[in-house]
Amino acid sequence: MEKVLLEVNNLKQYFNVGRKDEVKAVDDISFKIYEGETFGLVGESGSGKSTTGRTVIRLNNPTGGEVLFDGHDVMKIKGKKDLADFRREVQMVFQDPYASLNPRMKVRDIIAEGIDINGLAKNETERNQRVDELLKTVGLNPSHGTRYPHEFSGGQRQRIGIARALAVDPKFIICDEPISALDVSIQAQVVNLLQDLQEQHKLTYLFIAHDLSMVKHISDRIGVMHNGKLLEVGTSDEIYHYGVHPYTESLLSAIPLPDPDHERQRKRIKYVSEPSDDQPRQMEEIAPGHFVYAAKNEVAQYQEKLAQKKGQVLV
Amino acid sequence: MAEKPYTANEVAAIDAAKFQPLQKNTKEEREAIATPSLTFFQDSWRRLKKNKAAVFSIVLLLIIIAISIITIFVSPHDPTAQNVKFTNLPPKIPGININGLNGYAMVGGELVDKYAAANVPDGTYYLLGTDGLGRDLLSRLFVGTRISLLIAFIAALLDIVFGVTYGLISGLLGGRADNVMQRFLEILSGIPNLVVMILMLVVFEPGIPSIVAAMAITNWIPMARIVRAQTMKLKDQEFVLAATTLGESRSKIAMKHILPNISSVIIVQMMFSIPSAIFFEAFLSFIGLGLKPPAASLGMLLSDGYKTFLFLPYQMWVPAVTLSVIMIGFNLLADGLRDAFDPKMKE
Amino acid sequence: MKKVLEVKNLEISFDTFAGKVKAIRDVSFDLYKGETLAIVGESGSGKSVTTRSIMGLLASNANVDNGQILFNGTDILTKTEKELQKIRGKEIAMIFQDPMTSLDPTMPIGKQVAESLMKHNKISKKEGLKQALDLLNLVGIPNAEKRLKNYPHQFSGGQRQRIVIAIALICYPQILIADEPTTALDVTIQAQILELLKDIQKKINSSIVFITHDLGVVANVADRVAVMYGGKIVEVGTAEEIFYNPQHPYTWGLLGSMPTLEGTGDRLYAIPGSPPDLLDPPTGDAFYPRNEFALQIDAEEQPPFFDVSPTHKAATWLLAPQAPKVTPPDEILIRWKKFQEKNSQTSV
Repeated sequence: MEKVLLEVNNLKQYFNVGRKDEVKAVDDISFKIYEGETFGLVGESGSGKSTTGRTVIRLNNPTGGEVLFDGHDVMKIKGKKDLADFRREVQMVFQDPYASLNPRMKVRDIIAEGIDINGLAKNETERNQRVDELLKTVGLNPSHGTRYPHEFSGGQRQRIGIARALAVDPKFIICDEPISALDVSIQAQVVNLLQDLQEQHKLTYLFIAHDLSMVKHISDRIGVMHNGKLLEVGTSDEIYHYGVHPYTESLLSAIPLPDPDHERQRKRIKYVSEPSDDQPRQMEEIAPGHFVYAAKNEVAQYQEKLAQKKGQVLV
Repeated sequence: MAEKPYTANEVAAIDAAKFQPLQKNTKEEREAIATPSLTFFQDSWRRLKKNKAAVFSIVLLLIIIAISIITIFVSPHDPTAQNVKFTNLPPKIPGININGLNGYAMVGGELVDKYAAANVPDGTYYLLGTDGLGRDLLSRLFVGTRISLLIAFIAALLDIVFGVTYGLISGLLGGRADNVMQRFLEILSGIPNLVVMILMLVVFEPGIPSIVAAMAITNWIPMARIVRAQTMKLKDQEFVLAATTLGESRSKIAMKHILPNISSVIIVQMMFSIPSAIFFEAFLSFIGLGLKPPAASLGMLLSDGYKTFLFLPYQMWVPAVTLSVIMIGFNLLADGLRDAFDPKMKE
Repeated sequence: MKKVLEVKNLEISFDTFAGKVKAIRDVSFDLYKGETLAIVGESGSGKSVTTRSIMGLLASNANVDNGQILFNGTDILTKTEKELQKIRGKEIAMIFQDPMTSLDPTMPIGKQVAESLMKHNKISKKEGLKQALDLLNLVGIPNAEKRLKNYPHQFSGGQRQRIVIAIALICYPQILIADEPTTALDVTIQAQILELLKDIQKKINSSIVFITHDLGVVANVADRVAVMYGGKIVEVGTAEEIFYNPQHPYTWGLLGSMPTLEGTGDRLYAIPGSPPDLLDPPTGDAFYPRNEFALQIDAEEQPPFFDVSPTHKAATWLLAPQAPKVTPPDEILIRWKKFQEKNSQTSV
């Protein structure tokens, strides 16, 4: 079995606890990410997927539960050196290319920030060399280093953000909707770049997005979130073709594909929200590696449903 | 211009060799950036230059500042030299023969050459006249302007040192600390300026020290509030979060990421606070709580001129106009800067 | 079919401090009654500028250097602001991308929906609100009667977009311009809004110009598709033709960038580079620096339109008789195959 790099157990992130406007952004979710894989976390706005990412990287303090990175409890990391190590090993690529780069800093300084903080370059020359290399790696010209973010297009800015994350040689990168704000052809560039970098640098990704097609393309395994809960987890093929939770089905049926014939006969499945019975629900394994958020007495139904779907294809 | 559409014959006529695959490597070209690289301030300066009022103010203020500095060393007359024989002389400007500016004034309905009446030696001109103690008004005006500008810059400095620091810390800390700091500010700003001033008079010598102390207590509060608001807005921006994930310390984040992005707001606020500081001093001096005679600030000049306004109007007009011009100048400049810095006005 | 809109040889440029940016460089297209025309393009392609020029909503530093926009026979570009105001909202309506900023936060929505109607048709407020209520029910706002007095912030993003659509449709305009109306919405809400638009279009038989960069949405709504790049239209045809028989390398690139149901392998076909800087457009075909199928002539001359069928044309030198046969990416070959199969089935 592959090594578990990230383990999230019963994570809870509530805001405004106890007040009238309390928001349960992340409500008791658990999942594992194995070294070298890409785990896609998919959901619509308000699902809690971005909050999950930010809590994992310690931008928020969780209300409950634990996050274990490489065996260590992330929230319990104290001490300058240990914290600095964590910050080097776990990096993030942000969503908004127009807000993720400091408008008053030169691109070169933006990329080198991690290098400077951690003293990874011995002198100015080495620093600039590394920055130039990183610029080339992400497909930009080294001459772009002296320019300011506002001079670049969205796709180019996103690549600068990726270069910045790479500068500290991380093991694990959380991509928080990195392509949502980009044009379609640029999305493909960035996704290809991320995949190449993963191979070259042996990276593990948590890929957060709402575009299920793109998530399926890049991920090995997928988790579907809705209203702070994780509803289904499985390999990307399994989820995309055989998703059984009603929400997953409604999500899949709503995705438009660039195929007019397919669009003509696509029938959208409407999702009626969670049954409001008070049955305890948790992630139940209905097939090897395929988990669904269900009550114990629903497991059999889901297993049947899954078998039916697979059976349909085999015929 | 649109190109003429090709007809089928014209297309067929094109050399087949041109339809070979393109050999050139286009990588550089497709990632190139055509526009020149401008920093934020260069870009803003370009916009500021277009605003005629702002440019006029800059020039005007630079001239006034220059004159204030030069007159430390060179002055038409000694501003403190009193001469009881030459009291209340009207302005006499060499070469101009308009009544009011040539040493003549109305006395009892008749035009009288007051210079001759006072036996002023030939060749001695008081360009703006003299005051009740025979002191040259122009020279006193220079001194007064200098003091007013000095106070203005001290105000600006206090704004930055206290206002920006307080606002940054309050905004970055957030939560309870921020709450406490803001409540403290509210209490401080609740005390009327005049009361603070009187308290300072008790502690300090009346004069510049007491005025500076009073401003140090209250003048920077608007800046603190504005900086705090901007800091709170920026602190959730993704580039600040990115710096946190890279391990940047909070103080470095404040210096490298937040401060440069709020510098435009700080500059504009500073520019706006200067005229109110100048006016504060003038007001205090006018009511007698400011500088002591024989110090000559614009407020003092106004105060002296006020006493003889009815029959020697020029003694009050002169400092009043000067004060107004300086305040308007700073206000126009601040207005222009605010528009120039505003990225929404980008074309 | 009747043409409601004819755009002929439109050229628009913007004055900026760095020089003149040629945003639209000779664009022509027609819009027929009752159809949905999708204009597909990425940032900088000029799609939004085109539609704003139809509404007369260009920025102050824009210059129309050439061209006509004929609406029911008369040229919109020559109309005064007053004349345009009579057309906007009543004959041609527009819905924008961001439902948060399209609505006035300080006005109750009932009033906002009725406002346009009252202005154009000179009816009373009571009558206006009644029609507004009807329309809100039509667009699927639950409990519409109670919610006429609510403010925009009390609705969700999807509901706001429905209200925006209601405002746009209340005068039963001939043309509805939808500028990326679902880009900011979740995919399930997007599906609902698209269904709504198609439904309403059938009811009032208006024409829709639908701007987007999402090819999935295009496949869902469009009858005809125009692909824009670098301020020009590079390919136009029916949805069938564009999706199953694309001819322009840029269209290939767009279709290849999207992951598909079948999943054709590990890497997406990505067009390298970024859209051109229209301050200094390249000579020849604007797409050539990013075009792996570029010919020498692409660097010198802009390609004219070549007809592929009576309804399908593409502006690429690859369709000239002298051009070599090129093999498009696998993804496109699959589509071509499908097109051939469909056509052989229906061939006479």
